[in-house]
Amino acid sequence: MGNIIREYRTIKEIVGPLMLVDDVEGVTYGELADIKMEDGSVRRGRVLEVHGKKAMVQVFEGTRGLSPEEVKVKFLAKGMEFGMSVDMLGRVFDGSGRPIDDGPAIIPEKYLNVNGNQINPYARDYPNEFIQTGISTIDLLNTLVRGQKLPLFSGSGLPHSRIAAQIARQAAVLKTGEKFAVVFAAMGITFEEAEFFIADFRKTGAIERSVLFINLADDPPIERLTLPRMALTTAEFLAFEKDMHVLVILTDITNYCEALREISAARKEVPGRRGYPGYLYTDLSTIYERAGRIKGKNGSITQIPVLTMPEDDKTHPIPDLTGYITEGQIIILRTLHAQGIYPPVDVLPSLSRLKDKGIGAGKTREDHSDVMNQLYAAYAQGKNARELAVVLGESALTDEDILFVKFSDAFEDRFIRQGEYENRTIEESLRIGWELLGMLPKNLLKRVRDEFIEHYYPKSS
Amino acid sequence: MDGMKGEVVKVSGPLVVASGLGGARMYEMVRVGELGLFGEIIEIKGNEYSIQTYEETEGIGPGQPVVRTGEPLSVELGPGLIRSIYDGIQRPLDTLARDFGEYIVRGTQRPALDRTKTWDFKPVAGVGDTVKGGDVLGTVQESALVIHSIMVPPGRSGTVRQIGPVTGNVDTRVAVIEGPEGTFDITMVQRWPVRDPRPAKRKIPPTQTMTTGQRIIDMFFPIAKGGTACVPGPFGSGKTVVQHQLAKWADAQIVVYVGCGERGNEMTDVLMEFPHLKDPASGQPLMERTVLIANTSNMPVAAREASVFTGISIAEYFRDMGYSVALMADSTSRWAEAMREISGRLEEMPGEEGYPAYLGSRIAGFYERAGSVICIGSDDRRGSVSIIGAVSPPGGDLSEPVVQTTLRVVKVYWGLDDKLAFARHFPAINWLTSYSLYQDIADTDSDSSIDGAWSTNRKRAMTILQKEAELDELVRLVGIDALSYEDRLLMQAAKIIREDFLHQNAFDDRDTYTSLHKQFRLLNLILRYYDEIRTGLADGATLDALLKLNVLEDISRAKLIPEDDPGRFSEIEADIVNSIRALIW
Repeated sequence: MGNIIREYRTIKEIVGPLMLVDDVEGVTYGELADIKMEDGSVRRGRVLEVHGKKAMVQVFEGTRGLSPEEVKVKFLAKGMEFGMSVDMLGRVFDGSGRPIDDGPAIIPEKYLNVNGNQINPYARDYPNEFIQTGISTIDLLNTLVRGQKLPLFSGSGLPHSRIAAQIARQAAVLKTGEKFAVVFAAMGITFEEAEFFIADFRKTGAIERSVLFINLADDPPIERLTLPRMALTTAEFLAFEKDMHVLVILTDITNYCEALREISAARKEVPGRRGYPGYLYTDLSTIYERAGRIKGKNGSITQIPVLTMPEDDKTHPIPDLTGYITEGQIIILRTLHAQGIYPPVDVLPSLSRLKDKGIGAGKTREDHSDVMNQLYAAYAQGKNARELAVVLGESALTDEDILFVKFSDAFEDRFIRQGEYENRTIEESLRIGWELLGMLPKNLLKRVRDEFIEHYYPKSS
Repeated sequence: MDGMKGEVVKVSGPLVVASGLGGARMYEMVRVGELGLFGEIIEIKGNEYSIQTYEETEGIGPGQPVVRTGEPLSVELGPGLIRSIYDGIQRPLDTLARDFGEYIVRGTQRPALDRTKTWDFKPVAGVGDTVKGGDVLGTVQESALVIHSIMVPPGRSGTVRQIGPVTGNVDTRVAVIEGPEGTFDITMVQRWPVRDPRPAKRKIPPTQTMTTGQRIIDMFFPIAKGGTACVPGPFGSGKTVVQHQLAKWADAQIVVYVGCGERGNEMTDVLMEFPHLKDPASGQPLMERTVLIANTSNMPVAAREASVFTGISIAEYFRDMGYSVALMADSTSRWAEAMREISGRLEEMPGEEGYPAYLGSRIAGFYERAGSVICIGSDDRRGSVSIIGAVSPPGGDLSEPVVQTTLRVVKVYWGLDDKLAFARHFPAINWLTSYSLYQDIADTDSDSSIDGAWSTNRKRAMTILQKEAELDELVRLVGIDALSYEDRLLMQAAKIIREDFLHQNAFDDRDTYTSLHKQFRLLNLILRYYDEIRTGLADGATLDALLKLNVLEDISRAKLIPEDDPGRFSEIEADIVNSIRALIW
């Protein structure tokens, strides 16, 4: 379509974040637009639909103050691109990718389309390298591996930010010769939450190898739609062109989805469950699937999305669809939090789908898988028995039940609970695991192979 | 040619509307825009043709060209399918990665069947033979496990004029046939429109069990060759692992695995693992019988809609050779959602939960392409396609439309339960709610080929499990001490059945596959234990002692007994008898 600069004053409608421009020519789907106000300020927009001579433009900074008579729209004949450079490390950007930390402008090495491209499944390399987060409930029970996407399912008022920061801090330990980076994408979170992360990154020095994208609760919601894509494009650049292992923290996905719903409603689309658009799954997948490893490349992208479940409801469309795309989930439990246990990870419904390939001899330890399964099974049995005791009283429990109740209490107190700055090695986590299993007689350890029981079962003292 | 080229009028996500395509048909393939994106016409209103594009439409705008191909979405069928990995519209992902890099580049195409590979064609038919659609002209050794029949395409017939051994790529002419409408060449490749079922002489009811090596499935909820099954479950309940296990261990001759709108890493897992896994029957790598279709969740939604049809067409093609084929579709919910998304963009009146009103008929139409058939061709060979579809209901809610419409057509239901999954009981198939309508076939099969007590044992074990569920309610109300000693023994037996028979570790080399013979011995062992402790109780042994026999450890590890050591089961049985006897004396 050539590079003719096309400017239009023919704005017909403004609805919510959307603007309908008429009499356009040569406009394409997904094209970027500059919206020029009379005072000379410029907002960014993107074409969401084009029909004959009509183009529907989504305005990122919102449409407040726009007047159809005064605004000029210029189509830029390119998609949403973002300039990349390693100098972005240590910097803070807003939702449109402009630096907000008073530092110098970034001189881009390369421009990349923020929508990215789909990784050819054939070119993917299977994530199987163990990441030690120093948190027992993750390392031993829900092992994170490089290239995985493992969300935190949380609720309002729960310490998901502290857990995410702890992961970023402890997983960031450099192995020899490996480059590590954190990309932090904040969507609609409060100033205090954002400050918490920035302060934490500063304190530990992690900020030097971090790129932060911040869209606060009072920033334009529409920017939340492109922000994670910009963050992931940055992550891809660092991982696959600069050989870094990148950890991407996306918080809060719930705010992202609400922004998506806002656009969908403005477009009068047929709503799906709870008013979210029917394509929410597909849309979320274009974010989450950008985690991974690629054959022949040294870097990797690991994602920790954080989402607050409305009413702690796991079946709400956002956690539900997320769970179907991500490779597991870490669930934060309110009752554990109320008991004062940190990190309050709800062990039973939490899951890491990729753990089996990242653990075992040569990666963590030979007995890891068996210990994990046994801890799960025993804790489940203990919790069941505890429920039973609530209904029937302790006297109704068998000796075995009582043993398992004791086990599960100790498990919560010694295994789940740990300090916010306590960085346990996998060996330590396994040691605690075996100590707890030592509370149970050997014949009840059905999930552990004999040779491991022989070797690791605590000798009675 | 008039009407072969039109132009774009409207673009909205994957939906493109074009004009000037007069004469185009529904479901015809078109190339959209300067990049030549692949698309399919799904609605015609006057001069407006709605096209679902299989690729991201960024950069497409009004005025850009749309070119007809004159052909519906079709697949290439011939040697080279096995071991391939395709996207939803049969683009070879391995070749694309080699030629275009690690990302999928829009508008790129490579032939589905690699033209650089050569095959040795061995004729079966001879000059002068009269042949018709489905008749085998010759064969090609496609992989260590698959002999690929080169067949006369459906609907063609005539007399063979030329045929002989030849080596070449799939485009090589292998025979010349003189038919009623003139002479035509047969190559090793044929094309087929994916939305049309391939014809069979006639369908026949399934008569054979498909064994899977998964104890809960083979013993309690078996599937037949040519049957249909669905695996619904909330996320994290293990749908994909069940699908992978079946793709690995089912005794189908060909496996077509469709990853439809699911995770990219899962497809990588299959790709990396299958070449190293050995088929238990032949000892050859499982990849030698597998075709993969990967349309991951972030790949364009319209191609996802097409992917299950691409998969089933390939499955039917192998069925036509007389093979038993198993197709796994993971997940049909993503496929239904793709339909919903396209339907929404077409502004169709939505049915339940925004799904199009034709959801039910599309799902039924897909599953109905499964079946056991007498293949076309003169020799009346039999082939079958079994479909195992995963369903991912939102929030695990089984009342939602995709699950419900699927249940109306499938014969086997493996209901996954997140409570079991939380307790790490895998496969998390709920034994109380699942069902199989092929039970009779399996009973007849196994009673004669494995052991006459197969079906009796199965029924006994299921009764024990059901009784346990009832007693469990009671225990919850009044505690375990309120149960009679007989019931306590039953609870013990049920627990062992659950933990040591139903529970199966897919990631343990020794536990991942269990032959029918071993399944029988294992269950028989547990039932034997139950019989013996009941006798023991009657003969005066104490309950406590019976529940704590040392031999229980051997029973719990019996699932790990090697396939070639059935004698070990008899030893344990003898131990049971002896140790109970010791309690009484």
